[in-house]
Amino acid sequence: MSEPGKRNRSLALRLVLMAAGSFAFGFALVPLYDVFCEVTGIGSNAVLTRAGTVDGEVPVPNRTVVVEFTASVPDGGWTLEPVAPSMEVQPGRLYEAHYRARNLSGRETTGQAVPSISPMRAARYFVKTECFCFTPQHFARDEERELKVRFVVDRELPKEIDRLTLSYAFYDVERKAG
Amino acid sequence: MAHAGHQDDHGHGPPKGIVRWLTTTNHKDIGTMYLVFSLLMFLIGGAFAFMIRAELFEPGLQLLNPAVFNQMTTMHALVMVFGAVMPATVGLANWMIPMQIGAADMALPRMNLFSFWLLAFAFLLLLSTFLMPGGAPASGWTLYPPLVLQTGEAFPMAIFAIHLMGASSIMGAINVIVTIVNMRAPGMTLLKMPLFSWSWLITAYLLIAVMPVFAGGVTMLLTDYFFKTSFFNAAGGGDPVLFQHVFWFFGHPEVYIMILPAFGIVSEIIPTFSRKPIFGYEAMVYAIASIAFLSFIVWAHHMFTVGMPLAGQLFFTLSTMLIAVPTGVKIFNWTATMWRGSVSFEPPMLFALAFLFLFTIGGFSGLMLAIVPADFQYHDTYFVVAHFHYVLVPGAVFGIMGAVYYWLPKWTGHMYDMRLAKWHFWLSAIFVNVLFFPQHFLGLAGMPRRIPDYASQFADWNMVSSIGAFGFGLSQLLFVWLIVKCVRGGERATAGVWDWPHGLEWTVPSPAPYHTFEKAPEVH
Repeated sequence: MSEPGKRNRSLALRLVLMAAGSFAFGFALVPLYDVFCEVTGIGSNAVLTRAGTVDGEVPVPNRTVVVEFTASVPDGGWTLEPVAPSMEVQPGRLYEAHYRARNLSGRETTGQAVPSISPMRAARYFVKTECFCFTPQHFARDEERELKVRFVVDRELPKEIDRLTLSYAFYDVERKAG
Repeated sequence: MAHAGHQDDHGHGPPKGIVRWLTTTNHKDIGTMYLVFSLLMFLIGGAFAFMIRAELFEPGLQLLNPAVFNQMTTMHALVMVFGAVMPATVGLANWMIPMQIGAADMALPRMNLFSFWLLAFAFLLLLSTFLMPGGAPASGWTLYPPLVLQTGEAFPMAIFAIHLMGASSIMGAINVIVTIVNMRAPGMTLLKMPLFSWSWLITAYLLIAVMPVFAGGVTMLLTDYFFKTSFFNAAGGGDPVLFQHVFWFFGHPEVYIMILPAFGIVSEIIPTFSRKPIFGYEAMVYAIASIAFLSFIVWAHHMFTVGMPLAGQLFFTLSTMLIAVPTGVKIFNWTATMWRGSVSFEPPMLFALAFLFLFTIGGFSGLMLAIVPADFQYHDTYFVVAHFHYVLVPGAVFGIMGAVYYWLPKWTGHMYDMRLAKWHFWLSAIFVNVLFFPQHFLGLAGMPRRIPDYASQFADWNMVSSIGAFGFGLSQLLFVWLIVKCVRGGERATAGVWDWPHGLEWTVPSPAPYHTFEKAPEVH
């Protein structure tokens, strides 16, 4: 092969490698995205589904915030509702709240709840010590039962936040995707 | 092209008939095929737009059911972006880059042939989805999950079509880079290279950097759909917003992939018809490079409303606004090129001037969208539709049409019908504004995009916009007729064609012989 032909081939090969690198980068964005969310604390699954621990309750005196509870069922097949729509809590103290779920899918199945906190900035200050969202929940056909979440609002919650919302999206994990 | 071979000093012309077009590795033939393909796609994508605007002519559902309407908006975008605008610029690159830098052909002619045919089959696959159960994709060209996962049988076909067209454009880009880096004539240093070739060199790097990311993103959609991975499925621990980040990491550079070649074209046309060299050549090169760099760090401005920390909003607002600086450099340099020039208004210049005015309008509405609080108001309204159509239609498409009017005599050896070209220009320039300007008002008034029906207060401007659309669409038939006429005959074009030709492509006869610069020219 002639000299220019060789040069063309080797440059083309390097460019193909560059394209392959970009393809790999596309997939690298998946863990990078999680790392980014983790570092900034926004909407991160790692933060939202992590079980926290509380060593000794030291509530902040003279401060209460309102925690609201909501739920949604994007794919249908369930009902999920909070037992009480909201709760006044003292940062630093451990509380327990309940949701009531019912399987309407007509078969036995398993649900997975995905939590979300708003405002987003509050997410890292909302610590769940126990949550039905940590594990898949098995339901018999037409079963209805209460699901429990225990949480503490961190004492460091920024002063300007006086109300936060915990919401769950509840999915049927046995349903075929798409 | 009818004369190709006659001036050929080597005595071997192309094979006759259809075999020539199936087997050719000649850069001019492949360029022609790309251009014809993109014109065909422009008409098909235009037909989809025609149906959209016909449905939106008045409130209520008249012609299309909502599902078909969504297929129309999705396929209009996919066909126009990947089938019309990008292949047109690749066709121009194939034709003109070797002639501008004094190379005999593209560096990798067989890969060139392969990338064209991949593209043709990709669109056969994509368009065939209309015949499948569930119809064509209807999720919008952004393919956001979970909506896109509701696509019917068409889903894997659409994804494979995107893979194929991505592979095709990556190969095209590799070819352009290798050609420009290795095959320039002696003396043609990088900073002597014509700006069209420069703009394509940078576009090609953008393509290689982001097309594979998009391919990765749609592959994840595919595995989510068929293999129960959960990249974008919240129930399985994924996040649908991640797709938006992956998509726009590709999507924003993609819009520059469409506009940078048009910048290059306008930088060729304006000096020719101002009879002056381009003002600030090096600044123009650096401006393109800066725009390309910035395009990688602004993507999240497409998704302010998904929720983002304040620092993120500020970063993406400011980096987006920063793009106005190099773009402003280009706009002012084009204007300064005309300053005290001896300007004449042939059809390519008319398109370049319309580009200058109308692209700037699209640029300004882009700045408005970059402002977070304003964007919350404008997001997913017709204001956004108006914005990106201003940068893409009188921007990218007018640039490409300007290029066709600029180089058509070089390709065919015939001058075209100037009167017809001017009719085409004025009808297009007027109707494109009738079509898209009212969409600003609709968006500011709150009309959402991607809906087949709307509240009655939006009726008047929608009707005006639809009339503009019909006028604009029909005017393009003049363009097709003019090209056919010019290919078939007309006044002989000289080698220089224009009054003040500059650059190597004007040193070869018109029509350009089948083989040019087999012996590299000396550039001083």
